[in-house]
Amino acid sequence: MAQDGNIIEVENMYMYFPVLAGVMRRQVGDVKAVDGVSFQIKRGETLGLVGESGCGKTTTGRCILQLYKITGGKVTFNGRDLTKMKGKELRSVRKNMQLIFQDPYASLDPRMNAGSIVGEPMLVHKLVRGAEYREQVAELFRLVQLEPFMADRYPHEFSGGQRQRIGIARALSTRPEFIICDEPVSALDVSIQTQIITLLIRLREEMNLTYLFIAHDLSVVRHISDRVAVMYLGKIVEITNSDELYDNPLHPYTQALLSAVPIPNPVVDRQRKRILLTGDVPSPINPPSGCSFHPRCHMAIDICKEQLPEFREVGSGHWVSCHRV
Amino acid sequence: MRLIPYPPGIIVGGKVLFKGKDLLTVSDEEMRHIRGAQIAMIFQEPTTSLNPVLSVQLQLSESLELHRGISRAEGVEEAVKLIKLVGIPDAERRAADYPYQFSGGMQQRIMMAMALSCNPDLIIADEPTTSVDVTVQAQLLELIDNLRSQFGTAVILITHNLGIVARYVDRVNVMYAGRLVETGPTDAIYNAPRHPYTMGLIGSVPRLDLPRKRKLFVIDGLPPHLARLPKGCAFSPRCQYAISRCHEERPELEEVGENHSSACFRREETEIFERTT
Repeated sequence: MAQDGNIIEVENMYMYFPVLAGVMRRQVGDVKAVDGVSFQIKRGETLGLVGESGCGKTTTGRCILQLYKITGGKVTFNGRDLTKMKGKELRSVRKNMQLIFQDPYASLDPRMNAGSIVGEPMLVHKLVRGAEYREQVAELFRLVQLEPFMADRYPHEFSGGQRQRIGIARALSTRPEFIICDEPVSALDVSIQTQIITLLIRLREEMNLTYLFIAHDLSVVRHISDRVAVMYLGKIVEITNSDELYDNPLHPYTQALLSAVPIPNPVVDRQRKRILLTGDVPSPINPPSGCSFHPRCHMAIDICKEQLPEFREVGSGHWVSCHRV
Repeated sequence: MRLIPYPPGIIVGGKVLFKGKDLLTVSDEEMRHIRGAQIAMIFQEPTTSLNPVLSVQLQLSESLELHRGISRAEGVEEAVKLIKLVGIPDAERRAADYPYQFSGGMQQRIMMAMALSCNPDLIIADEPTTSVDVTVQAQLLELIDNLRSQFGTAVILITHNLGIVARYVDRVNVMYAGRLVETGPTDAIYNAPRHPYTMGLIGSVPRLDLPRKRKLFVIDGLPPHLARLPKGCAFSPRCQYAISRCHEERPELEEVGENHSSACFRREETEIFERTT
């Protein structure tokens, strides 16, 4: 058991991808996808991870699962350092950590029927035998509110929402403790999004799951998460509990992100202050000097261009990296 | 826009009046002069809508040359101005670039420049920001909104994002299974929806301004297949307020307030529904 009931601890994690150029394929730089990220997730907690595309959210998730060999830092799961594990040992831990993918169209093998998709991880990890297998698969189908007879159908026969349910059932098949949900509802229709969010919340309670919930939709993230981390260009710029983040956002980037989300009520929305960010996210190969957000920040002063702000605790459990706070 | 290919698509009836003229009866030739020049469209995915092997200035210039009969050189000059108008920095230099050299948000700006190029009276924006980030979404929608007020263009904004609708539109049409189920002014639709589907949609989205653990309203089931519509009201199998009449007869749009109509047999009772959910 880890200290303080932390199931995941990420310490100073770096993930650089080399940029190769020329006929000699010499390394000319790095894509700094994850640039010194630290956070913990407590057992039973849901941590939201938000940010614009290309900010390193998905890479962070994949690094935790050791799907990439990280450039530096440490990831512990239940107190055990995953970065030092290999082969069999890593595989045995992996069944406790699962991933739900973004695109339910691309993430299911079109040539496997739904039952095999859901049941495969149990066979890989040798968790069931013989008759038990079909029974377990049926049980998983019921768990995500699909009819067990649908197990013989192929992915193309399902709707987007049903496919995402299959993806969830597959993730649950090894009875994991920790699940990374990588944009699980972004590809779905509004009414279906709510069905999936509600399902994820129910499963979390019933099966005592811990989630890392990656998404760019801040209203969805707030709804499902206990705490939220905001990422910008490979770094976490603010982390705090969900209510605090939305009531009292401190980083100018968080404020801008929140104000960019319109509230689905015209009267309420009209009364909100709006901060419009200019420009796009800079390239992670050559991030700006100092605070990497300064070229787009409406509060930037000279020091922001030169010095990287320290990530410090400004309130109980409220961490932020900004010179102006 | 008459862009549905025939076969298999066929418009079996009705009228599309644009400035008093029925677009379904005009000749193909005439339609080509309207399409792009007077009615422009912004598509959902700029990456697949732009031609990858033409520089953006040539793509922009193309419709100008066709509709306004100007030369290539003038067209390119005009294209640079448009690229500037939609807020792409360093327009002179970037105009000769190809679509892949722009980010998704910038590509969508180019789509907008293209739609604006002939000063259309109407722009149809089909999910213009679905493939971009929230911050870029805000930039693009502000841009559309500014251009709309600057040039007096009418905009049809097609989207599933209820937040965008609340922030940017004057009137809302809610569609379900190929039919309008509710239509009205934005404020009325959000504050006093009169169709269970609209009510369900509004209640189902998480909102930043409401308590976090609020229970979301879940609309069960799936939208029906358009070739196998249920009898009666198409929403009735998913509607918690459906009565036997809803499964038999199809309700038509009926007025419920000023410029506000709903296609629901129980439209007069929706205030009671609101209190019970």
